[in-house]
Amino acid sequence: MTVWNLGLFLEPYLMIAILLFVIGFFGLLHHRTIIGMLISGELLLAAASLNLVAFSRFQSPDPVTGQVFTLFIMGLAAAEASMVLALIIAMYRNYRSVHASTLNELKG
Amino acid sequence: MQLISSDGLTILSGLAFLVFSANTIVGALVAIVAKSLIRSVSGLALCFVGMAGLYYYLHSPFLALMQIVIYVGAICIMIMFTMMLAEPRESTDVTLRGRVLSVLALIGCSLMAVGLMFLVGTSSWPVTERVEAATVKDIGRDLLNRHGLVFELISVVLLIAILGAILIARSGRRKT
Repeated sequence: MTVWNLGLFLEPYLMIAILLFVIGFFGLLHHRTIIGMLISGELLLAAASLNLVAFSRFQSPDPVTGQVFTLFIMGLAAAEASMVLALIIAMYRNYRSVHASTLNELKG
Repeated sequence: MQLISSDGLTILSGLAFLVFSANTIVGALVAIVAKSLIRSVSGLALCFVGMAGLYYYLHSPFLALMQIVIYVGAICIMIMFTMMLAEPRESTDVTLRGRVLSVLALIGCSLMAVGLMFLVGTSSWPVTERVEAATVKDIGRDLLNRHGLVFELISVVLLIAILGAILIARSGRRKT
Protein backbone atom coordinates (compact mmCIF):
# COMPACT_ATOMS: atom_id res chain seq x y z
CA MET A 1 0.00 0.00 0.00
CA THR A 2 1.61 3.25 -1.14
CA VAL A 3 0.15 6.72 -1.33
CA TRP A 4 -0.73 6.28 -5.00
CA ASN A 5 -2.77 3.08 -4.83
CA LEU A 6 -4.80 3.86 -1.72
CA GLY A 7 -7.98 3.58 -3.77
CA LEU A 8 -7.44 -0.15 -4.21
CA PHE A 9 -7.74 -0.98 -0.50
CA LEU A 10 -10.64 -1.09 1.91
CA GLU A 11 -9.15 0.82 4.81
CA PRO A 12 -8.93 4.31 3.25
CA TYR A 13 -12.64 4.22 2.45
CA LEU A 14 -13.44 3.14 6.00
CA MET A 15 -11.27 5.97 7.36
CA ILE A 16 -13.09 8.52 5.18
CA ALA A 17 -16.43 7.09 6.29
CA ILE A 18 -15.36 7.34 9.95
CA LEU A 19 -14.32 10.96 9.47
CA LEU A 20 -17.61 11.78 7.75
CA PHE A 21 -19.59 10.07 10.50
CA VAL A 22 -17.73 11.84 13.29
CA ILE A 23 -17.95 15.22 11.58
CA GLY A 24 -21.68 14.72 11.06
CA PHE A 25 -22.16 13.65 14.67
CA PHE A 26 -20.29 16.71 15.91
CA GLY A 27 -22.40 18.89 13.64
CA LEU A 28 -25.55 17.38 15.06
CA LEU A 29 -24.45 18.46 18.54
CA HIS A 30 -22.94 21.78 17.44
CA HIS A 31 -25.78 23.24 15.37
CA ARG A 32 -28.79 24.84 16.97
CA THR A 33 -31.05 25.24 13.94
CA ILE A 34 -33.04 22.44 12.39
CA ILE A 35 -31.48 23.12 8.96
CA GLY A 36 -27.98 22.67 10.38
CA MET A 37 -29.07 19.45 12.03
CA LEU A 38 -30.52 18.24 8.72
CA ILE A 39 -27.20 18.93 6.98
CA SER A 40 -25.34 16.96 9.66
CA GLY A 41 -27.82 14.11 9.33
CA GLU A 42 -27.15 13.98 5.60
CA LEU A 43 -23.45 13.59 6.39
CA LEU A 44 -24.22 10.66 8.69
CA LEU A 45 -26.25 8.96 5.95
CA ALA A 46 -23.46 9.60 3.45
CA ALA A 47 -20.95 7.91 5.77
CA ALA A 48 -23.22 4.88 6.09
CA SER A 49 -23.69 4.51 2.35
CA LEU A 50 -19.98 4.92 1.66
CA ASN A 51 -19.36 2.07 4.11
CA LEU A 52 -21.95 -0.12 2.40
CA VAL A 53 -20.47 0.40 -1.06
CA ALA A 54 -16.90 -0.11 0.18
CA PHE A 55 -17.75 -3.40 1.89
CA SER A 56 -19.73 -4.54 -1.12
CA ARG A 57 -16.76 -3.75 -3.37
CA PHE A 58 -14.04 -5.43 -1.30
CA GLN A 59 -15.64 -7.99 0.97
CA SER A 60 -18.68 -9.49 -0.69
CA PRO A 61 -18.79 -11.90 -3.61
CA ASP A 62 -21.98 -10.22 -4.80
CA PRO A 63 -21.18 -6.74 -6.15
CA VAL A 64 -24.78 -5.57 -6.58
CA THR A 65 -26.32 -5.65 -3.10
CA GLY A 66 -24.35 -2.80 -1.60
CA GLN A 67 -25.17 -0.52 -4.50
CA VAL A 68 -28.87 -1.39 -4.32
CA PHE A 69 -28.96 -0.67 -0.62
CA THR A 70 -27.20 2.63 -1.16
CA LEU A 71 -29.88 3.51 -3.70
CA PHE A 72 -32.50 2.74 -1.03
CA ILE A 73 -30.66 4.96 1.44
CA MET A 74 -30.67 7.76 -1.14
CA GLY A 75 -34.43 7.40 -1.61
CA LEU A 76 -35.06 7.47 2.12
CA ALA A 77 -32.74 10.45 2.55
CA ALA A 78 -34.67 12.33 -0.12
CA ALA A 79 -37.97 11.56 1.61
CA GLU A 80 -36.54 12.58 4.97
CA ALA A 81 -35.12 15.82 3.63
CA SER A 82 -38.40 16.81 1.98
CA MET A 83 -40.31 16.13 5.20
CA VAL A 84 -37.85 18.08 7.34
CA LEU A 85 -37.86 21.02 4.95
CA ALA A 86 -41.67 21.14 4.96
CA LEU A 87 -41.56 21.06 8.75
CA ILE A 88 -39.04 23.90 8.75
CA ILE A 89 -41.30 26.03 6.56
CA ALA A 90 -44.31 25.34 8.79
CA MET A 91 -42.23 26.05 11.88
CA TYR A 92 -40.95 29.34 10.49
CA ARG A 93 -44.48 30.37 9.62
CA ASN A 94 -45.67 29.77 13.18
CA TYR A 95 -42.67 30.78 15.28
CA ARG A 96 -40.60 33.10 13.01
CA SER A 97 -37.50 31.10 13.93
CA VAL A 98 -35.83 27.85 12.95
CA HIS A 99 -33.95 27.34 16.20
CA ALA A 100 -34.63 24.03 17.84
CA SER A 101 -34.88 25.70 21.26
CA THR A 102 -38.08 27.54 20.26
CA LEU A 103 -39.93 24.25 20.05
CA ASN A 104 -40.43 23.94 23.80
CA GLU A 105 -44.19 23.97 24.29
CA LEU A 106 -44.20 20.42 25.65
CA LYS A 107 -41.57 21.33 28.27
CA GLY A 108 -42.86 20.64 31.76
CA MET B 1 1.34 3.37 -28.48
CA GLN B 2 0.85 4.83 -25.07
CA LEU B 3 0.80 8.51 -24.18
CA ILE B 4 1.49 7.96 -20.48
CA SER B 5 3.37 5.04 -18.96
CA SER B 6 1.48 2.73 -16.61
CA ASP B 7 3.38 4.16 -13.65
CA GLY B 8 2.22 7.60 -14.66
CA LEU B 9 -1.36 6.37 -14.87
CA THR B 10 -1.15 4.85 -11.40
CA ILE B 11 0.15 8.10 -9.96
CA LEU B 12 -2.52 10.07 -11.82
CA SER B 13 -5.34 7.89 -10.53
CA GLY B 14 -3.91 7.97 -7.02
CA LEU B 15 -3.74 11.74 -7.20
CA ALA B 16 -7.37 11.91 -8.31
CA PHE B 17 -8.33 9.62 -5.43
CA LEU B 18 -6.54 11.87 -2.95
CA VAL B 19 -8.24 14.92 -4.42
CA PHE B 20 -11.67 13.30 -4.10
CA SER B 21 -11.02 12.21 -0.51
CA ALA B 22 -9.81 15.68 0.42
CA ASN B 23 -12.90 17.11 -1.30
CA THR B 24 -15.15 14.92 0.82
CA ILE B 25 -13.49 15.67 4.14
CA VAL B 26 -12.99 19.39 3.56
CA GLY B 27 -16.54 19.73 2.27
CA ALA B 28 -17.91 18.04 5.38
CA LEU B 29 -15.78 20.27 7.61
CA VAL B 30 -16.98 23.39 5.81
CA ALA B 31 -20.58 22.16 6.11
CA ILE B 32 -20.23 21.91 9.87
CA VAL B 33 -17.91 24.76 10.80
CA ALA B 34 -19.13 27.54 8.46
CA LYS B 35 -20.85 30.48 10.13
CA SER B 36 -23.61 31.03 7.58
CA LEU B 37 -25.87 28.20 6.53
CA ILE B 38 -25.52 29.04 2.82
CA ARG B 39 -21.84 28.16 3.12
CA SER B 40 -22.78 25.00 4.99
CA VAL B 41 -24.91 23.86 2.07
CA SER B 42 -22.14 24.70 -0.38
CA GLY B 43 -19.77 22.59 1.70
CA LEU B 44 -22.32 19.79 1.69
CA ALA B 45 -22.49 19.93 -2.12
CA LEU B 46 -18.68 19.82 -2.30
CA CYS B 47 -18.65 16.82 0.03
CA PHE B 48 -21.21 15.00 -2.12
CA VAL B 49 -19.25 15.65 -5.32
CA GLY B 50 -16.18 14.17 -3.63
CA MET B 51 -18.22 11.16 -2.56
CA ALA B 52 -19.40 10.67 -6.13
CA GLY B 53 -15.73 10.43 -7.12
CA LEU B 54 -15.14 7.86 -4.37
CA TYR B 55 -18.09 5.82 -5.65
CA TYR B 56 -16.46 5.87 -9.06
CA TYR B 57 -13.33 4.42 -7.53
CA LEU B 58 -15.48 1.73 -5.90
CA HIS B 59 -16.57 0.52 -9.36
CA SER B 60 -20.09 1.90 -9.11
CA PRO B 61 -20.43 4.68 -11.69
CA PHE B 62 -24.24 4.46 -11.56
CA LEU B 63 -24.16 5.38 -7.88
CA ALA B 64 -21.79 8.24 -8.63
CA LEU B 65 -24.28 9.66 -11.13
CA MET B 66 -27.19 9.16 -8.75
CA GLN B 67 -25.21 10.82 -5.96
CA ILE B 68 -24.73 13.94 -8.05
CA VAL B 69 -28.27 13.98 -9.43
CA ILE B 70 -30.10 13.31 -6.15
CA TYR B 71 -27.89 14.90 -3.52
CA VAL B 72 -26.20 17.79 -5.27
CA GLY B 73 -28.99 18.44 -7.75
CA ALA B 74 -32.04 17.92 -5.58
CA ILE B 75 -31.37 17.90 -1.86
CA CYS B 76 -28.83 20.73 -1.69
CA ILE B 77 -30.97 22.95 -3.91
CA MET B 78 -34.03 22.15 -1.81
CA ILE B 79 -32.21 23.03 1.40
CA MET B 80 -31.07 26.29 -0.18
CA PHE B 81 -34.64 27.16 -1.19
CA THR B 82 -35.89 26.50 2.31
CA MET B 83 -33.14 28.66 3.68
CA MET B 84 -34.21 31.52 1.45
CA LEU B 85 -37.80 31.13 2.67
CA ALA B 86 -36.91 30.85 6.33
CA GLU B 87 -33.91 33.22 6.63
CA PRO B 88 -32.12 31.63 9.59
CA ARG B 89 -29.62 33.62 11.59
CA GLU B 90 -26.42 32.05 12.86
CA SER B 91 -26.87 28.37 13.37
CA THR B 92 -24.58 27.75 16.31
CA ASP B 93 -24.91 28.79 19.91
CA VAL B 94 -22.56 31.72 20.52
CA THR B 95 -23.08 32.10 24.26
CA LEU B 96 -20.38 30.91 26.64
CA ARG B 97 -22.41 27.86 27.63
CA GLY B 98 -22.93 26.94 23.99
CA ARG B 99 -19.23 27.25 23.26
CA VAL B 100 -18.28 25.08 26.21
CA LEU B 101 -20.81 22.45 25.14
CA SER B 102 -19.43 22.54 21.58
CA VAL B 103 -15.88 22.03 22.83
CA LEU B 104 -17.06 19.09 24.96
CA ALA B 105 -18.84 17.63 21.93
CA LEU B 106 -15.66 18.09 19.88
CA ILE B 107 -13.61 16.21 22.49
CA GLY B 108 -16.13 13.38 22.62
CA CYS B 109 -16.32 13.10 18.84
CA SER B 110 -12.52 13.07 18.48
CA LEU B 111 -12.34 10.27 21.05
CA MET B 112 -14.94 8.37 19.04
CA ALA B 113 -12.97 8.94 15.82
CA VAL B 114 -9.74 7.72 17.41
CA GLY B 115 -11.46 4.62 18.78
CA LEU B 116 -13.11 3.72 15.50
CA MET B 117 -9.90 4.29 13.55
CA PHE B 118 -8.03 2.10 16.02
CA LEU B 119 -10.63 -0.62 15.44
CA VAL B 120 -10.33 -0.36 11.65
CA GLY B 121 -6.54 -0.29 11.79
CA THR B 122 -6.11 -3.27 14.09
CA SER B 123 -8.71 -5.64 12.66
CA SER B 124 -7.83 -7.76 9.66
CA TRP B 125 -10.12 -7.71 6.65
CA PRO B 126 -10.12 -10.98 4.75
CA VAL B 127 -9.85 -10.37 1.03
CA THR B 128 -12.47 -12.13 -1.06
CA GLU B 129 -12.09 -12.63 -4.77
CA ARG B 130 -14.56 -10.58 -6.75
CA VAL B 131 -16.46 -11.92 -9.71
CA GLU B 132 -16.69 -8.74 -11.77
CA ALA B 133 -17.95 -5.21 -11.45
CA ALA B 134 -21.72 -4.81 -11.55
CA THR B 135 -23.23 -3.14 -14.57
CA VAL B 136 -26.33 -0.95 -14.55
CA LYS B 137 -28.21 -3.90 -16.05
CA ASP B 138 -27.27 -6.09 -13.07
CA ILE B 139 -28.39 -3.40 -10.65
CA GLY B 140 -31.75 -3.00 -12.39
CA ARG B 141 -32.36 -6.74 -12.46
CA ASP B 142 -31.48 -7.11 -8.79
CA LEU B 143 -33.60 -4.10 -7.86
CA LEU B 144 -36.71 -5.52 -9.47
CA ASN B 145 -36.25 -9.21 -8.70
CA ARG B 146 -34.65 -9.85 -5.36
CA HIS B 147 -35.38 -6.47 -3.77
CA GLY B 148 -38.72 -5.93 -5.52
CA LEU B 149 -40.74 -5.60 -2.32
CA VAL B 150 -38.31 -3.06 -0.83
CA PHE B 151 -38.35 -1.14 -4.08
CA GLU B 152 -42.16 -0.87 -3.99
CA LEU B 153 -42.12 0.06 -0.30
CA ILE B 154 -39.62 2.84 -0.97
CA SER B 155 -41.90 4.23 -3.65
CA VAL B 156 -44.82 4.19 -1.19
CA VAL B 157 -42.64 5.94 1.41
CA LEU B 158 -41.67 8.60 -1.13
CA LEU B 159 -45.31 9.13 -2.10
CA ILE B 160 -46.39 9.53 1.51
CA ALA B 161 -43.46 11.86 2.18
CA ILE B 162 -44.46 14.05 -0.76
CA LEU B 163 -48.09 14.16 0.39
CA GLY B 164 -47.07 14.88 3.97
CA ALA B 165 -44.64 17.58 2.91
CA ILE B 166 -47.32 19.32 0.85
CA LEU B 167 -49.84 19.01 3.68
CA ILE B 168 -47.48 20.33 6.35
CA ALA B 169 -46.11 23.18 4.25
CA ARG B 170 -49.60 24.28 3.19
CA SER B 171 -51.36 24.20 6.55
CA GLY B 172 -51.69 27.55 8.26
CA ARG B 173 -51.42 29.40 4.99
CA ARG B 174 -54.06 32.10 4.64
CA LYS B 175 -56.58 31.50 1.90
CA THR B 176 -56.91 34.42 -0.47
